[in-house]
Amino acid sequence: MVTLQFVPYNEIASLTSVGRIRLLLNIAKENKIVLLQGRLKKEEEAELIQATMEEINKEFKGIELAVIDPNINRSEGFSGFKESLVNGLLGNRSGMTIIGPASVVKDIKKDPRKIELLTKEKKNGKNGKNGRNGKRKK
Amino acid sequence: MLSFMKDFLSRYFKGVFKNKKNIKLGLYGPPNGGKSTLANKICTDWLGEEMSSVSNVAHETREIQIKEQIKVKDKKGKKELAFNLVDTPGIATKIDYEEFLKSGMKEKEAKKRAKEATKGVIDAIKWLDDMDGVVVVLDSTKDPYSQVNITIVGNLAARNIPVLIAGNKIDLKKSDLKKIQAAFPQYKVVGISAKYGKNIQDFYDQLFKVMK
Repeated sequence: MVTLQFVPYNEIASLTSVGRIRLLLNIAKENKIVLLQGRLKKEEEAELIQATMEEINKEFKGIELAVIDPNINRSEGFSGFKESLVNGLLGNRSGMTIIGPASVVKDIKKDPRKIELLTKEKKNGKNGKNGRNGKRKK
Repeated sequence: MLSFMKDFLSRYFKGVFKNKKNIKLGLYGPPNGGKSTLANKICTDWLGEEMSSVSNVAHETREIQIKEQIKVKDKKGKKELAFNLVDTPGIATKIDYEEFLKSGMKEKEAKKRAKEATKGVIDAIKWLDDMDGVVVVLDSTKDPYSQVNITIVGNLAARNIPVLIAGNKIDLKKSDLKKIQAAFPQYKVVGISAKYGKNIQDFYDQLFKVMK
């Protein structure tokens, strides 16, 4: 069975970068797939990778990471400025970040508007076929 | 607020005291994109010697490698670009020693390689702040939309570091430069084959433009 845990942005909004990363990584280390509302800062994404590397051991092999950014064709002019100001003040709540433990998620294939989440097959071969868009077929 | 001031001051003083003779050009990207092959091509072209060992097994480069004072000349031989070349370990979000076993490695060696590779990724990210320019080396036969690629490029943009994207392995049939260009429309993408030296002059020309 694959567990998806939704994390609303409010839950990380008041945390420091370290706190955010720890919270998300701890969920992934429990073999759950994190669905975070919004996205981390660019620097926090890099720090998440660093923190992941520090945690790798026999049981935890790392993460698969994907971000859906609805602002891929970012608006310009006043609306673009307003958007960056809101993001700067309140954090980037648009889009979604998916963090899956590498032991559960084999790959995340992504183009700008679609995500395919491929889960690992269990060794006994009974479960674990591919799922799409975060939902696993049973 | 404090961290903002600290960041501002560190950037300001870094800019003021930057020694132009010690420009650092980093090669960044995911594992097996061809960073070390490109590093070797640059060093062979301008120093007459190779820099790093290369392999088909991922994470061959697990430590930062630096080659100092490389001087590249433009097509006409008039302008010169001098830099210290920094070849970095491939950045990944997962490292599984069992993957190395598939290439015939023994368990002890595979575990050691995995441990060194994790440290290599951490070092590569730490070194981002020290770069004056970066060539992001991507395998043009692979999906450019991977989050590692986007995170690397996003972090370079956040630090205002000049970026040139090298779409490597254009000698292979599956190579698709247009896909890389579509993924990173705000950057110059140059197609190369570091292994065979294909289009390497165009790469140097673009490097001059990005690093000016």
